[in-house]
Amino acid sequence: MTGTGLLNFGFEFVEIFAFIVLATVGLAVIFGMMGIINLAHGEFILVGAYATTFTFAAGLPLPLAMLSGVVLTAVYGLVLERLIIRHLYGRLLDSMVVTWGISLVMIQLTRIAFGNTAPGIGIPFGQLPVVDGPVYYLVLAVVAVGVLGGLYALFMWTDFGVRARATMQDESTARSMGVDTDRMYMSTFAIGSGLAGLAGALYAPVLTVTPEYGTGFLIEAFVAVVVGGASVLVGTVLASGLLGTVNAAVTNVAGTFMGQVAMLIAAIIAIRLMPDGITGLLADWRENRGESQ
Amino acid sequence: MLELTNLHASYGKTPILRGVDVDVDEGEIVGIMGKNGVGKTTLVKAVMGLLEVDDGRIRFDGADVTDEPADVRARSGMGYIPQGRDVFPELTVEENLRIGETINEGDDQLQYEAVYDYFPILEERRDQEAGTMSGGQRQLLAIGRALVGNPELLLLDEPSEGVQPSIVQDVTRDLQRVNEELGTTILFVEQNLHVVQNLAERCYAIDKGTIVDELEGDRLESRDAVTEYLAV
Repeated sequence: MTGTGLLNFGFEFVEIFAFIVLATVGLAVIFGMMGIINLAHGEFILVGAYATTFTFAAGLPLPLAMLSGVVLTAVYGLVLERLIIRHLYGRLLDSMVVTWGISLVMIQLTRIAFGNTAPGIGIPFGQLPVVDGPVYYLVLAVVAVGVLGGLYALFMWTDFGVRARATMQDESTARSMGVDTDRMYMSTFAIGSGLAGLAGALYAPVLTVTPEYGTGFLIEAFVAVVVGGASVLVGTVLASGLLGTVNAAVTNVAGTFMGQVAMLIAAIIAIRLMPDGITGLLADWRENRGESQ
Repeated sequence: MLELTNLHASYGKTPILRGVDVDVDEGEIVGIMGKNGVGKTTLVKAVMGLLEVDDGRIRFDGADVTDEPADVRARSGMGYIPQGRDVFPELTVEENLRIGETINEGDDQLQYEAVYDYFPILEERRDQEAGTMSGGQRQLLAIGRALVGNPELLLLDEPSEGVQPSIVQDVTRDLQRVNEELGTTILFVEQNLHVVQNLAERCYAIDKGTIVDELEGDRLESRDAVTEYLAV
């Protein structure tokens, strides 16, 4: 591979890796920590995107408009959790049906309220000098890595994180230790929603914002969660790395469509070989290593 | 300190507790003994708030906590050690202990030093995942986790269950130290004869969801009197 080809592949990988991470991380937090398969995840992304475009159109600077997208989506998730989702904990199928219903209602309501398109936002920061692509994609990659680092710090180093992980492992024992597990679920759902809103906000300048905007994120998000397995952060990073590499490599040679096809084939093979995802395989390996020592 | 009055509780439509009356005074070590399936675990769960009661009242520290959820009871000073050494397996020893800080909210006197003093193995293994420890070590961690928050009342559900006899002796001795040195009141349910006789100052016998006897002094020390209520 030539130097330019390598650069193109690297850029393609960074772009796809960031997209998968940002599309996935909110869904992974809600599923991994709470066991809720949020089929309205795409529409949480939609809320972030619409809030960003409309506040930007109203005159807010882009970073603040994006922040408002994140905050509004987190608040929206919080309200939804209090009104509907909290009654569905431990009821996987019910939660899937209900969140699917929420998704359909939100798409139609968005169409009725705002029409078929939202105001556009230009891609900031201009073009890269060497590779054919915008600087903004590199910014997205930095944000994606920052989000992963921030989540790691939140869940591993803070009291909130320790209590959230305890709640995920054994809700009843956590409650009997004084942990307000209701508040943990509420906060975790709001964080997951805010992260979905962040994806919507960050990609509002890149993708056309329509009522179906969220569905464009769903395939990558769900595939990455399944391939990643139970561990929220490690699973998201490894799945995004694997799927991003395959997608970028094939896209570089055969175009975007074939890149997507290759990524889905890689996902099918990964799920066939690792039914519990990459982190499930790692857990088995650690267990076997522990037994042999 | 703890007063259970006419407590009734059930699993679904099956009644388990049928009018339990128990009193525990501050600083006491009280046991509740009985065979398998007579309602011991149900009673502890009801006291902790992990199972809704059908009837009766639970008063703790002078307040009626019958309708309070488990987390509120824990924050008001109840420390719970579940049956089967329920630690958080994927958290480290230290993280498990940090969870216990929530107990007895408002009392800032955390007992890490006491916990590490009673159970030095926990300090040695503070970075180890709890799920990789032996059964006995996990039992010590479960006790240490409840102690960190300096609870006023320690509730134990069969502390000897699944733990090898030598460790059971250590656990019994450590619980006595906790009672003497920290002044923690202890209520435990148990069906192990030695734990009942060595740990309890006073003991209730439970059968078919009702308190059928109360033993102390010579009667509690008498093997025959105690084994009448145990499956030995």
